[in-house]
Amino acid sequence: MALAGAATLAELRAALSDAGLPDRAEDLRAPETGLVMTRGRIGGDGRAFNLGEATVTRAAVRLPGGETGFAYHLGRDRPKARLAAILDAHWQNPAHRPAVEAALGAVADRRAGAARARARRAAATRVNFFTLVRGED
Amino acid sequence: MALRPGFADPVHDAQAVFRAALDALSRPARVRPLPTALAPPAPLSPELAALALALADADTPLWLDPPLAGSDDVAAFLRFHTGAPLTADPAEAAFALIADPARCPDFAAFARGAPDYPDRSATLILALRHLDDAAGPAFAGPGIRGRARIDAGPVPADWAGRLAENAAAFPLGIDLILTAPGRIAGLPRAARLLQPAEA
Amino acid sequence: MYVAVKGGEAAIDNAHRLLAERRRGDPAVPELTVAQIREQMSLLVDRVMAEGSLYDPDLAALALKQARGDVVEAVFLVRAYRTTLPRFGASVPVETGAMAVDRRVSATFKDMPGGQVLGPTFDYTHRLIDFALAAAGEPEPAAEAEPGPDAALCPRVTDILGQAGLLEASPPEAGAPVGDLTREAVDFPADRAVRLQALARGDEGFVLALGYSTQRGYGRTHPFVGEIRCGTVAVEFVPEELGFSVPLGDVPLTECQMVNQFHGSGDVPPQFTRGYGLVFGQGERKAMAMALVDRSLRASELGEAVGAPAQDQEFVLAHCDSLQATGFVEHLKLPHYVDFQAELELVRRLRAEHAAARAQGDAPIREAAE
Repeated sequence: MALAGAATLAELRAALSDAGLPDRAEDLRAPETGLVMTRGRIGGDGRAFNLGEATVTRAAVRLPGGETGFAYHLGRDRPKARLAAILDAHWQNPAHRPAVEAALGAVADRRAGAARARARRAAATRVNFFTLVRGED
Repeated sequence: MALRPGFADPVHDAQAVFRAALDALSRPARVRPLPTALAPPAPLSPELAALALALADADTPLWLDPPLAGSDDVAAFLRFHTGAPLTADPAEAAFALIADPARCPDFAAFARGAPDYPDRSATLILALRHLDDAAGPAFAGPGIRGRARIDAGPVPADWAGRLAENAAAFPLGIDLILTAPGRIAGLPRAARLLQPAEA
Repeated sequence: MYVAVKGGEAAIDNAHRLLAERRRGDPAVPELTVAQIREQMSLLVDRVMAEGSLYDPDLAALALKQARGDVVEAVFLVRAYRTTLPRFGASVPVETGAMAVDRRVSATFKDMPGGQVLGPTFDYTHRLIDFALAAAGEPEPAAEAEPGPDAALCPRVTDILGQAGLLEASPPEAGAPVGDLTREAVDFPADRAVRLQALARGDEGFVLALGYSTQRGYGRTHPFVGEIRCGTVAVEFVPEELGFSVPLGDVPLTECQMVNQFHGSGDVPPQFTRGYGLVFGQGERKAMAMALVDRSLRASELGEAVGAPAQDQEFVLAHCDSLQATGFVEHLKLPHYVDFQAELELVRRLRAEHAAARAQGDAPIREAAE
């Protein structure tokens, strides 16, 4: 579900067609945009407080075979939420799980690559201190 | 278990039910229609389901009476369609759904608000078999011209005493939404049960 | 006399059209896209998200476009939009200790696991206008380096200090309901969680000025920046129907841990106290100011004298919201014809009485008028 949330609509369409799976499904709940209150913790590790809301879109579908799938992700992209729920429903079927996971592999690679590039850029701005003069001793 | 569908048109269906509940509470003890096409899992009545879907959300804990709480299908249906947390403690509930009104718990079990915040109280929604405003005990109060009668059943034996006590605690108290198949009426805490001599 | 008037519909319609034309500016200049605002005015977008109290970069960028770049107007649009949406619930509290950091600095400890990571900061720029930016052109690519073995492990500096007992612990989670000022009116004294919510969505300029006032002596707290970190954290949510947490996606946040002096009391051995700031996006100035004001608002809790504006909960919380402030200030320009008519009548009458009294040489009234 994390991968599907991070994917673009085009990536999800591609994943579904790469996995050779149909996109036919019944809506248990039509895609809907709402809010989730994002919480933080006082001091980072203390009592919870409400930081602010985020837009979240959700969908729930049932495949003709009876598998149900859910999607919840940041943003307002309803077609994407529905496709993500369809992929989630196919993933519930052990026979289709490997195909879904393989098809989402490209998304996983892109995400990992972006995270790595970001970490490498941050690492280049890390300060390496060196001692000029040490007092007293 | 197959999850039963919610409102066919979530926005407009919820608005229609909300309007019916608003009218019921603003014109107490007057029966009005509450049409719904919902087919929730038993023993949840379509009217209880419609009101729960229209009124409850993640901020309003729901308490279910024992017949409803005993059904996993009912819990799954309400969780999915409302997102409301289900609570076992009636004092925590914003709404209480009561499928067996003859065994409705004492009103004291539910939150009746605080003097600063009388709104922090519970609304009880009852699924009755019988609901009629042509006869029955008489009420007076805001939203009622003169007096209005409501005959509801089945209710606990000490019903009249409970209603009188609830109205006497005003501005604290619980509010009641009464439903029967296809119908709804409201008895907010401001509706005062008249003594037989006054009625 | 009361005269009811109506009118102005055509004028209002045409004002809207004129506004739209001015928003667009010179049609010979290419129109801004929402994606351009989101990507190239990202700190402005972050500010609208923080003060709008809604994480949605595309929406904030669109609001800025519609508002002609006016932050408070954009915040108004975002806040109005959120009222149209149902709330699914509240997230699992984010774990800032697990943040994928773009920037992380401490003013109190030079050497710490994970190191000092400057990230995309203005701090060491010369603040000289770069005229080369006036022409189009791509910047040279950012430098890259292999992250150190400790880069993935960035403990909060306050956790390190806390272990030695030198720093007060965060208030422990008791599982109590989390106060929400968008649902319930604020009661005073307000809970710290509600205060932080108000400050997180508070006007940056106001919170900054209050934080500054504490440094200038209006409620000193002797602050040090324990740590500032910017980066992304995963947000998780437990839908009621699923009963387990699902990842919603990554949200960029800025966190500031302020470490402040405290001289202990009979019950508490001397230890540093803390102020906390957390905002959407890269909002370092806001997070720092928020942490300063959070600490100041703890004055009575910590047994300090309460006198300065930044220590006064009601003053801070009732005035920090840009939307509330602009609403009340700007309403003054709406028609007050009847109110003013009444005052005008009163002044005319007083003037007449004054003139009459003067003519009679009535000293007390003359003094009162002066």
